[in-house]
Amino acid sequence: MSEQVTAVSTEPVLAVDGLQFQYAGKDIVNITHCELPAGQSMAVIGPSGCGKTTFLHLVAGLLTPGSGTVRILHEDIFKLSATQLDKFRGQHVGMVFQRLFLLPGLTVYQNVQLAQQMARKPRDDGRVKTLLDELGLSALAHRKPGMLSQGQAQRVAIARALVHNPALVLADEPTSALDDARARDVLMMLKRSAESAGAALLVVTHDNRVRGQLDTEFEMEAIP
Amino acid sequence: MTWLRLAYANLILSPLTTIVNVILMALGTASIVLLLLAGTQLQATMARDAQGVDLVLGASGSPVQLILSAVYHADVPPGNIKLADTRRWAEDPRIKTAVPVSLGDSYRGFRIVGTTPEYVDLYGAKLTEGAMWNAPMQAVLGAGVAASGALSLNSVFAGAHGLVDGGHDHDEQKYRVVGVLAPTGTVIDRLVLTSLESVWVLHAIDGHDHGHDEDHGHADEHNHEQHDHEHEEQHDHGHEHEEQHDHDHEHEEQHDHDHEREEQHDHDHEHEEQHDHGHEHEEQHDHGHEEQHEHEAEHEHVNAHDRVGEDADEHNNAHKHEDDEAHKHDEHGEVDNRDAHAGELAYASYDEELEVTAMLMTYSTPLAATTLPQQINAEGALQAASPAMEISRVLQLVGVGLGALGAFAWVLVATAALSIFAALYGSLRARRGELAMLRCLGASRMELLFYLVVEGVLMTLMGIALGVLVGHVVMELVGMWLSATRGIDLTGWAWPRDETLLIVGLVVVGIVSAIIPAVQAYRTDVARTLAEG
Repeated sequence: MSEQVTAVSTEPVLAVDGLQFQYAGKDIVNITHCELPAGQSMAVIGPSGCGKTTFLHLVAGLLTPGSGTVRILHEDIFKLSATQLDKFRGQHVGMVFQRLFLLPGLTVYQNVQLAQQMARKPRDDGRVKTLLDELGLSALAHRKPGMLSQGQAQRVAIARALVHNPALVLADEPTSALDDARARDVLMMLKRSAESAGAALLVVTHDNRVRGQLDTEFEMEAIP
Repeated sequence: MTWLRLAYANLILSPLTTIVNVILMALGTASIVLLLLAGTQLQATMARDAQGVDLVLGASGSPVQLILSAVYHADVPPGNIKLADTRRWAEDPRIKTAVPVSLGDSYRGFRIVGTTPEYVDLYGAKLTEGAMWNAPMQAVLGAGVAASGALSLNSVFAGAHGLVDGGHDHDEQKYRVVGVLAPTGTVIDRLVLTSLESVWVLHAIDGHDHGHDEDHGHADEHNHEQHDHEHEEQHDHGHEHEEQHDHDHEHEEQHDHDHEREEQHDHDHEHEEQHDHGHEHEEQHDHGHEEQHEHEAEHEHVNAHDRVGEDADEHNNAHKHEDDEAHKHDEHGEVDNRDAHAGELAYASYDEELEVTAMLMTYSTPLAATTLPQQINAEGALQAASPAMEISRVLQLVGVGLGALGAFAWVLVATAALSIFAALYGSLRARRGELAMLRCLGASRMELLFYLVVEGVLMTLMGIALGVLVGHVVMELVGMWLSATRGIDLTGWAWPRDETLLIVGLVVVGIVSAIIPAVQAYRTDVARTLAEG
């Protein structure tokens, strides 16, 4: 397993090579090379159906490619067993989705803390409180998700993605359902939080408002 | 712990569904626990009650009835047997001990048993207060009777005719409590023990009183009465009993007032003489219906005293005149001491025309079990029944009823299991995103499976816990009621071994009910679920 990345480094946290994924005999993803250093952010932009989300799932190890490698912290994730991959993902990857999937039975605090527990990391209440404070959620810590606004819930999801100090944060269409101001806020919050945690941030989106907001951009086009 | 907390959080998210499932499971569990508690305790009690009794000798009829009446005191006896008929078997070398019991009366639902002190030994009972009876109309209480508060040491009471409440009182002769036994956890705890003579004396007085019994609807419980077919005959004599009843009241008054006793004694004496002039002993057993005269009751009373008294005399080689004995009354005035040493007598010394309800016997050799009962039954005069065999037969019959109740309880459990399954399975669709997210956070497929099983088991355990609690509390309450009203000791604070197995079984039911939803969770296609949003 790789060491945890806590500071900005030029070493790539994520390195993708010759990644191919087919569905029904058709190439969905075909990426020759892509890498993302620690502390950097990258936007993968492309139209709907170009395979952005599939690419994200491949990077997270939720899908198995036809060929190619994905290395996170130099670990070829597809050489790990299913259980090891689950564990590795939990420890080194944080994820934010358009739909937030907060657990309705848990409070804000418990939802955030859950990511720490699932990552099998020592309980760190200080880290949870700091994050909630940074994201303006301290006053809402004991509320259930059902009592939060969409914006508040989105911040909870960001806190959950970062609380276990992942090396890589993956975000899937985090802004697509938001108005311009909110979209910019969320994107900046993600970027700032990832930077302060020393994590690399990969955002896949079809939202052109993201252009120019992150460190690098990677254009994906629909494969005919 | 994480999964337990998550499962709990999820359960309280849908309180109504959870409560319904928990209640269903609790109902099933409580029903089974109740059946287990009652079944095991009754079985143990029955085994304890029959401990030391290998064979019961009684009147022909239903062997189960004989055992239930003579050993468990839970039924009316099939009839009486003559002492003479029992002698041969009691003296058989294959028999080690033979203890006679004579039934017929009760006090506030507690049966009065005429017997010998060996009966107390049979149950290993010890006195906590007072002494054993050593004369007729002295009584020793079982611990449960004393605990009920109905009677205590030195209480004076009149036994009621019949084995349940409602019979008329034997006011003409009253018992005095001379001893109290320590608790044994057996049937003796709920009995009032006295000498055989007490029963003989009382039923000699009331031997003709069957018309009253029928009025009370308990005629068949009298130990001098046989079964229903005989009651028909007794109806014919109803008109005669009116007079006798009046006479009994007169008799009672005589006992209540010391100054009148002399009159009574004189009266008795007078009729003893009449008896000496030709009344046959059979009159007592023929219920005295044929002869109607004003002092019939006293006459028969004396008759019975004669028989018992004569035996005692024989035994002691004492040649006292009956008149002497007839005038011996204890200081309380209620107890006739003519048979002062009756408690010390072996039953074999009594007049063999006298009757008892049954003889409780133990074998001197286990081999007797293979030959003796068959031999007794083959001869036809008496019936021999083995408590072990008859009770296993009863338990088989009862088992059918218990089995039906048990099946119903398991149907409740199955309903609960189906309900848990439906709740989990139905929630899966809504929770697919949550499950996918958990995978993204690092949960393995097996952990998701475990998560759903924990949720099902948690719901099951809540139901089990509630059901076990309810089952035990209800059993305790029922036990308290039975103890107070029937003298049957059942407690809710017992833990039958099978209850542990039951809980394990119910947990397995919970696992099974959750397993299909859990497998569905295991198969969650994370990428597709997340892509679908």
